[in-house]
Amino acid sequence: MTLLPETTQKKLGLAIDLDTCVGCHACEVACKEWNTGGYGAPLSDQDPYGEDPTGTWLNRVHTFEVKATPDRGASESGTPMSQLSQLVHFPKSCLHCDDAPCVTVCPTGASYKRSEDGIVLVNEDWCIGCGLCAWACPYGARELDADEGVMKKCTLCVDRIYNENIPEVDRVPACVRTCPAGARHFGDFNDPNSDVSKLTAARGGMDLMPEMGTKPVNQYLPPRPKHDIDLIQLAKPELTEPTADGGLLGWLDKALEKLG
Amino acid sequence: MHPAPSIIIFTTLSGAGFGLLGLLFLGIGPFACPAFLWVSAILGFGMAIGGLLASTFHLGHPERAWRALTQWRSSWLSREGVLAVLTLAAGGIYAIFLLFGGVAVSQLGTIAALLSIATVYSTAMIYAQMKTVPHWNSALTPAMFLASALSTGLLALTFVASFAGPVPAAMVVISIVLVILAWGLNLAMWRRNAETGLSGVGSSPETATGLGALGRVRLLEAPHSSPNYLMREMVYKVGRKHAQKLRRLALLVGGALPLVLLLLAGTGFAEPFWLLLAFATHLAGILIGRWLFFAEAEHAVSLYYGHR
Amino acid sequence: MKPLHALANGRTEQPSTPASPVVSDEIRKTTCYMCACRCGINVHMRDGKVRYIEGNRDHPVNQGVLCAKGSAGIMQHYSPARLQKPLKRVGERGEGKFEEIEWEEALELAVSWLEPVRKNAPEKLAFFTGRDQSQSLTSWWAQQFGTPNYAAHGGFCSVNMAAAGIYTMGGAFWEFGSPDWDRTKMFMIFGVAEDHDSNPIKIGLGKLKERGAKIVGVNPVRSGYNAIADEWVGITPGTDGLFILAMVHELIRTGHVDLEYLIRYTNAPALVIDNPGEADHGMFARNAKDEILVWDRKADKELPILDKKAKPALKGKVTLSDGRSARPVFELMAEKYSSDDYAPAAVADRCGVSEATIKRLASELAHVAFEEEIVIDQPWTDLRGVKHKKMIGRPVSFHAMRGISAHSNGFQTCRALHILQIILGSVEVPGGFRFKPPYPKPMEAHPAPHAKSEAGAPLNGPHLGFPRGPESLALKEDNSAVRIDKAFSWDAPMSSHGMMHMVIANAAAKDPYGIDVLFMYMANMSWNSSMNSGGVMDMLRAKDDNGDYVIPKIIYSDAYSSEMVAFADLVLPDTTYLERHDCISLLDRPICEADAVADSIRWPVVEPDREVRGFQSVIIDLANRMKLPGFVDDKGEAKYKDYADYMVNHERRPGVGPLAGWRGEKGDEGGRGAPNKDQLNRYIEEGGFWLEHIPDEARFFKPWNKAYQEWAVSKGFFDKPQPYLFQLYVEPIRKFQAAAEGHGDRQPPERLRARIKETFDPLPMWYPPFEGAMVSEDEYPIFALTQRPAAMYHSWGSQNAWLRQIHGTNPLYVSGELCEKHGLKDGDWAWLISHHGRIKIPVARMDALNPHTVWTWNAIGKREGAWALKSDAPETKKGFLLNHLISELLPERGDGYRWANSDPITGQAAWYDLKVRIEKADAGDGVAQPHMDAQKSPVGVGPDDIAYGKEWTK
Repeated sequence: MTLLPETTQKKLGLAIDLDTCVGCHACEVACKEWNTGGYGAPLSDQDPYGEDPTGTWLNRVHTFEVKATPDRGASESGTPMSQLSQLVHFPKSCLHCDDAPCVTVCPTGASYKRSEDGIVLVNEDWCIGCGLCAWACPYGARELDADEGVMKKCTLCVDRIYNENIPEVDRVPACVRTCPAGARHFGDFNDPNSDVSKLTAARGGMDLMPEMGTKPVNQYLPPRPKHDIDLIQLAKPELTEPTADGGLLGWLDKALEKLG
Repeated sequence: MHPAPSIIIFTTLSGAGFGLLGLLFLGIGPFACPAFLWVSAILGFGMAIGGLLASTFHLGHPERAWRALTQWRSSWLSREGVLAVLTLAAGGIYAIFLLFGGVAVSQLGTIAALLSIATVYSTAMIYAQMKTVPHWNSALTPAMFLASALSTGLLALTFVASFAGPVPAAMVVISIVLVILAWGLNLAMWRRNAETGLSGVGSSPETATGLGALGRVRLLEAPHSSPNYLMREMVYKVGRKHAQKLRRLALLVGGALPLVLLLLAGTGFAEPFWLLLAFATHLAGILIGRWLFFAEAEHAVSLYYGHR
Repeated sequence: MKPLHALANGRTEQPSTPASPVVSDEIRKTTCYMCACRCGINVHMRDGKVRYIEGNRDHPVNQGVLCAKGSAGIMQHYSPARLQKPLKRVGERGEGKFEEIEWEEALELAVSWLEPVRKNAPEKLAFFTGRDQSQSLTSWWAQQFGTPNYAAHGGFCSVNMAAAGIYTMGGAFWEFGSPDWDRTKMFMIFGVAEDHDSNPIKIGLGKLKERGAKIVGVNPVRSGYNAIADEWVGITPGTDGLFILAMVHELIRTGHVDLEYLIRYTNAPALVIDNPGEADHGMFARNAKDEILVWDRKADKELPILDKKAKPALKGKVTLSDGRSARPVFELMAEKYSSDDYAPAAVADRCGVSEATIKRLASELAHVAFEEEIVIDQPWTDLRGVKHKKMIGRPVSFHAMRGISAHSNGFQTCRALHILQIILGSVEVPGGFRFKPPYPKPMEAHPAPHAKSEAGAPLNGPHLGFPRGPESLALKEDNSAVRIDKAFSWDAPMSSHGMMHMVIANAAAKDPYGIDVLFMYMANMSWNSSMNSGGVMDMLRAKDDNGDYVIPKIIYSDAYSSEMVAFADLVLPDTTYLERHDCISLLDRPICEADAVADSIRWPVVEPDREVRGFQSVIIDLANRMKLPGFVDDKGEAKYKDYADYMVNHERRPGVGPLAGWRGEKGDEGGRGAPNKDQLNRYIEEGGFWLEHIPDEARFFKPWNKAYQEWAVSKGFFDKPQPYLFQLYVEPIRKFQAAAEGHGDRQPPERLRARIKETFDPLPMWYPPFEGAMVSEDEYPIFALTQRPAAMYHSWGSQNAWLRQIHGTNPLYVSGELCEKHGLKDGDWAWLISHHGRIKIPVARMDALNPHTVWTWNAIGKREGAWALKSDAPETKKGFLLNHLISELLPERGDGYRWANSDPITGQAAWYDLKVRIEKADAGDGVAQPHMDAQKSPVGVGPDDIAYGKEWTK
């Protein structure tokens, strides 16, 4: 069903907290592990023990270095380069866009966006492996499996989230279930009271590449500015010496007296 | 983008085929000569079908290719498939009447010709629709595809027409015009490429990551130390010098050389061999141009893999 | 007719996806071993195969989450590098040429090598286990065998951290304790790469982020945890101690110390004899009952430190009743740290941290500790019997790991960090750092080292322990080392974890003596676990004039075809972690939480499909064959048929065995109780682990909390309550220093005397790391470090089809400043040169890095032929090790001696002292140098393609 539904009942997706992600790749491997035996074809690996090991993954964690410059983020000059630079770990999988270009380009109807929850899926029985959907996606969310010749992508673990064979608490995507730092949140963005909606509102959740017009559902919560920490403002820039006569040891007498 | 040979051959060859067929269906050429009719039909259908077959080589599941005919309401690839089938059907009937009945059903020919053009247009739109590839996302893409289809198609037709004797001057003149137009549009695309690209539409590693407010964004560590499908498919890099060389080669082989040969043909040396050479060199140039069309195109995904 | 319908209108129905597909047939709960964290895992089985592995939500360590390594467990379990059968060497050492033999032959061969050694000279066996999680068995086995030469990998890992923690406060970080993640408001993390302990730290950081607590990362590299820290201190390697003591300077100078805490719970008021030049100088003043004394400032007299009525003075020289002079520890501390040497302005440049930053951080710590204290309404009683109505917390906490400990000044640096924690009153309080049972356990609760061996008899006690002074050293009459690794000798007197990294070098040099059998387990000593890897390979291959190997026999046990396998004469193939019995025992390195005691097991959730046996069962078999005491009864009959049997039935002390859960005949006793034959089934039923919560009254102030002490005795951690005081001033260290000053019978050799005098300071101090101090700053101006990636563990990851896609190569990350200076850019190659060697490696630029530092991921480079990788694997071509640059010995000194490249106190390998220079190189063939010759793979190479789970997809 190549046409996109006009609306979806739910808008399931992820809020990914870049302020908390330590870049451990746990989500990525848990995803691979769950999905290689789950929905559709396995996520195969080619030359896994050789020169050019490569495979199909539905989630990949990039590491970016962000350097503040006078026009971007740097307030004072003379700060050393190392202090101006920070690392941001950046997990990336399908963003289940409202206006998903990967769906509309699909010639066979294999790609579709579900009207009930907004999940973008590939019906692998119909996929001809033309790769056009991967081209249409600005985020690199789709990978053609070299073994099966069909397009693989994040399913939001559609075979977990409604699955009555697993405990209710575990009915979340494998990446969310495993994330050690709790940097990944799953929920319904159509529900303003869901955790993901509230987090997005509170933390200024953002769309990736809004200029592509894809209206992604998944939201990224930006790193908090490193200089805006309340504690620093509370504390004095340096401690002052005790005022009692006799310096430190004089102060000590007074302090001990207080203890009785 | 990865310049996959199957796609380059597909777009170029099927373009030439549908270009040739479209002109043939309009009644252009020495229709009195059966050899012309047979050879041009075989060449036209051959190139069109051959190109379409080539396109299936990059499919993961070619046996399911028929499914690609279903989603014409939204998908340009599906439309292309449907239009190609309709064109081949309408054109096939036209050709049967023409070759076996000696009758040119001009109304059917006009329809088939329009379908041919529409097929090439939808092929172009597969690429032109891609917002993720700003180099393609322009009206120039269908214009260039159409001009190239017509120029390669007409050069082929002119070559076949030479079997029947002196080629009509108009065919040579229009060939010259189309070759100039095709390269003109290629040049226009190259010029546009230099000015647009991802940065031209406001995309950058900063917008890709949303981290622009914090500073300038640079990939430190790719997700994996080994390359993946996305990098192989969409993060193809061609050296600037290499690309310049290929552009010059394409212009020389695909533009200057056929023009000289066509001018020679116009002045009376309309030997089939020279016209074959004109067609072949032009097609070769278009193939190089098409290679560059893919290889030079920047895809948005590359912003996540160190491209700026 | 759907397709036709589709053709007609251009759309089709949305296909239906089954909502509840079958997941697995059965869930088997066991313990992960993809790294050392020991998380609980649910192994989902389907059709007899592992379908997938997820974290166990009930488990205390990981609370349901699992890291990348854990989730890649399938690829480890089914790895093509798994050994298949016992191997006997047929080629030369290092070639990797073997023949497969039967287990019976392998075991008899091992016995034929070991038995004569035991009967004649047990010290000729060196038994060292690497990433061993069964040290309570392996150490006991070695003890019963009688060799003094046993240790695990702590000496080259983090003994500085462990020893500094035990001596100072009865426990360190990681398995000893953790920050109070739920309450702390400011957290400083020093020198931690993305591991140790992996998931608990990530879970904790997530909690801090949720609450908006401040995280300060102190690390030369701003990756991993430091990347999300709210503030990053990009410190110069090896200067953490100086930075910490500068904050201590600020806090003491300005009176921001928790005096009440110091008086009640530490030896701050303890009186230290002031008698320069004499043997008692610097020792504690004690009364006739051997109680340490304080000076009562009200009564103006000496009283025992634990006297409930004492109002101890913290300053002033006093004259004791025996006429000697003494001063309180606090005054010595205040004097030392108030000195200008530790002033922020004086240390800023050296540390690469500005004076203002040091002062502000000290101010923030003081602010949070003292202005934002936490109060819990929970009465409790302390060790003096004083009743407290509330529990007062100072919500600042710290964590540190190898970044500060793997330096030659690491012990004192770790001590300095504990001093900082303690003067802020933030240890064992709400919001601070909290111990995990069975810790805290003071030095006195641990054994001293034992090394007295006798032919045919067990050792006189446990090998490893905490020396009390020179009397605890393992020395022969000529003052030379008893142990092959020279642990507990003057070279490293307080080497509590042994010095595994020196074994091969010493054995090859026959210094202090030659050995007959080298028996190792799970330690890749011929590659990434050794300094000077190439040199170690030569040592393992070295032959004497007769053409015999200098190390005559090598037995090695590993589950996989590692680099070390190639150097073994006999290989005993171990199982994977899903095929084995194991116990994560309170007698070993526990997995408890601050609020609970816990232990766990591994059990064979999958049966081995190869002729492999769990190493622990194999050494029990060997013990039975040799009839080692303890392993056989009076009639010589085996007491334990295998490890599982031992786990259930062995008692180390009456009622205390490897597993604490479900003891007693009815299985209803926790901690202490008779062996329960159904114990393992209970563990399996209950999720693979046992856990019991600490009573509310006992949760904080554990070292001094009467309720905790009594509870600990009831659980069998110790046999009688043993409350103790934190040791700001550590007397055993002073005893070694006094020896170096010429006091006592046991005297250090002259070549070490000055060094011991200087570095064995009973109050933490800082000195420059040795390598940096000994090589020319102009020649080697750059610091070179390694970090372990979060998605890889040591050498194990490279055989893992999934993990090696993530980390198949490792660039050298070079600071932006150094890149600009040397004209380096991404993709260039460079020579990295140390005093010991040179390597050619690919480089990448990183700006978020200390300007004088380069670093790379640890243990990615592999020897060709190892780990079932193909010969063109990037790990063998582009991957590299820094180990080739690091020598186990420092450059020669003026007196001709070469010191070990270790901490002088504990002997911890000083991996991070490495100094280098960098020179741009031609890429050449794009192969990292040095490139070692290939080893032959005894298991072939892995397959060309994997599609795991294919049978379940349709």
